[in-house]
Amino acid sequence: MISVREAFKDGKAFIPFITCGDPDLETTKKLVKAIAEAGADIIELGIPFSDPTAEGPTIQEANIRALSGNVTTDMIFDMVSEIRSEVSIPLVFMTYANVVFSYGTDKFLSRAAEAGISGLILPDVPYEEKDEFAPACRKHGIDLISMIAPTSHDRIRMIAKEAEGFIYCVSSLGVTGVRNNIATDIGSMTELVHEANPEIPCAVGFGISTPEQAESIAKDADGIIVGSAIVKLIAENGKNSVEPVAEYVRTMKEAANS
Amino acid sequence: MSKSKGRFGIHGGQYIPETLMNAVIELEEAYNRYKDDPEFQRELTALLNDYAGRPSRLYYAEKMTNDLGGAKIYLKREDLNHTGAHKINNVLGQALLAKKMGKTRLIAETGAGQHGVATATAAALMGMECVVYMGKVDMERQALNVYKMRLLGADVRGVETGTGTLKDAVSETFREWTNRIDDTHYCLGSVMGPHPFPTMIRDFQAVISKEIKEQLMEKEGKLPDAVIACVGGGSNAIGSFYNFIDDPSVQLIGCEAAGRGVDTFETAATIATGRLGIFHGMKSYFCQDEYGQIAPVYSISAGLDYPGIGPEHAMLHDTGRAKYVPITDEEAVQAFEYMSRMEGVIPAIESAHAVAYAMKLAPTMDRDKIIVITISGRGDKDCAAIARYRGEDLHD
Repeated sequence: MISVREAFKDGKAFIPFITCGDPDLETTKKLVKAIAEAGADIIELGIPFSDPTAEGPTIQEANIRALSGNVTTDMIFDMVSEIRSEVSIPLVFMTYANVVFSYGTDKFLSRAAEAGISGLILPDVPYEEKDEFAPACRKHGIDLISMIAPTSHDRIRMIAKEAEGFIYCVSSLGVTGVRNNIATDIGSMTELVHEANPEIPCAVGFGISTPEQAESIAKDADGIIVGSAIVKLIAENGKNSVEPVAEYVRTMKEAANS
Repeated sequence: MSKSKGRFGIHGGQYIPETLMNAVIELEEAYNRYKDDPEFQRELTALLNDYAGRPSRLYYAEKMTNDLGGAKIYLKREDLNHTGAHKINNVLGQALLAKKMGKTRLIAETGAGQHGVATATAAALMGMECVVYMGKVDMERQALNVYKMRLLGADVRGVETGTGTLKDAVSETFREWTNRIDDTHYCLGSVMGPHPFPTMIRDFQAVISKEIKEQLMEKEGKLPDAVIACVGGGSNAIGSFYNFIDDPSVQLIGCEAAGRGVDTFETAATIATGRLGIFHGMKSYFCQDEYGQIAPVYSISAGLDYPGIGPEHAMLHDTGRAKYVPITDEEAVQAFEYMSRMEGVIPAIESAHAVAYAMKLAPTMDRDKIIVITISGRGDKDCAAIARYRGEDLHD
């Protein structure tokens, strides 16, 4: 199993996001394997939360679908353990602070590490609060992945200096969701990151859905993150989403590297 | 060393997306600059007095006192404020601050609609744009307040996600804030959310306990023995408690909404049924399941129908300085009816939770003891819902 940072060695990284248990955990397993085979470099696995305040409607609905199927954090740990040996790329969890805290932060990270998880993204935990989770992440060898946003400005240097794994660069204001137009000057954000920390890769997410966007944004970044566009494919195709999602991942990985 | 700010014991903090961090830092800096600025305080006091009608009355409820046969009962009449609730105290403070910060647009969540009406009012007064997020269920429960907000020029947006109540309205307002920050201030309605909101809003509401202390000193020459207020997020309660925290002889009692009972799933009593968690920007107590999924809480009162409690209350509970008690729908409705008949004061169903506990407590105390109940709002908005609860449809 390679580390999160090593996953950026093979050209521009493509990082898809799926919500675990949407539409069910069996489909999630098949999706993870197919996405990895299709060329994904890291997979972001969402643990559903009842009130995902950083998500737009598409991923909010995926959370509701998963939770109404009674998926729990423990079932997700088991699912990851079962597929881990079949997938060589890093898997990272993306969820909300309360899911980790309420489970018991140390217990959560210990179980995540056992299952073979390499990183953790918590969109409601900014730099100022990361000490709540960072010590336990370090203890269990899991990268706590930091985010920067178009509003971060002078905060980018401070965040980049302590960053682990990669920096999740939020492309736009607002919540997750497909956008036609991304106006932020991504290049100047990633440049600030690399000035402060030349080692840390920068992956850009929020709003990206088309191969054209992937190609253009990849010029200024080390990787591309896509969530809502994939979750939409899963919403439309349910258990039959494995093929269309794999095809989409192949297209996007190619576009990011063209 | 922890970098975290705005802690009340272990509670509080700033658990929000990076996108909002500079916005709350800017807000904190502005608040620190203006809170001790005599010109700002002069403007705010003028608004509170001349526009909102402060100081609010402290009224001796003699009939109720005699009927209950124990401690003397005083009502702190926040229901007499302009817009009919304590919410205006905080909103005028935040709107004035937002204006000084150069913001031209206020966004807010609302449960019962009182905070939404107060925000729409302040926006109208100060010539600001206003958008209010309100759960779809609450829009039905509080149709009159929806009409008022629109009359005042606000754009009221229904929130259908989750339970369609206050928690979902808060989530949606946070989402909107991440979308538009430059010209927009999130005028949060309770002592919750990320720092600096719980501290700033408590300071704006602390006028309630400051006045109680002065008014009771004038009438009785002493401190009260108990101060009782209802608690959802907890803004009227912290306002009522704050200036008594260092007076250990004063019992501080917060009344939570137990809904159909704390042994049912249809409850919103956070201290009674919740546990420590992180949500809506803060560490505090929340109603949640074993995996940290936030519970779909319930109360007859839209204003208390929230799965969390402000971080300062969580600390006052931990230290034992304040006590939190659950009050059921039925007890609150009985208190709503009791106070209407007994004193000719129709309290908000939220405030009726505090009245209900006072009805239990007063008879157990001696006649030389004093209880102050904060009547946080007026009950006009609740008449249709309470009638329905009693099996009567006012629209027939």
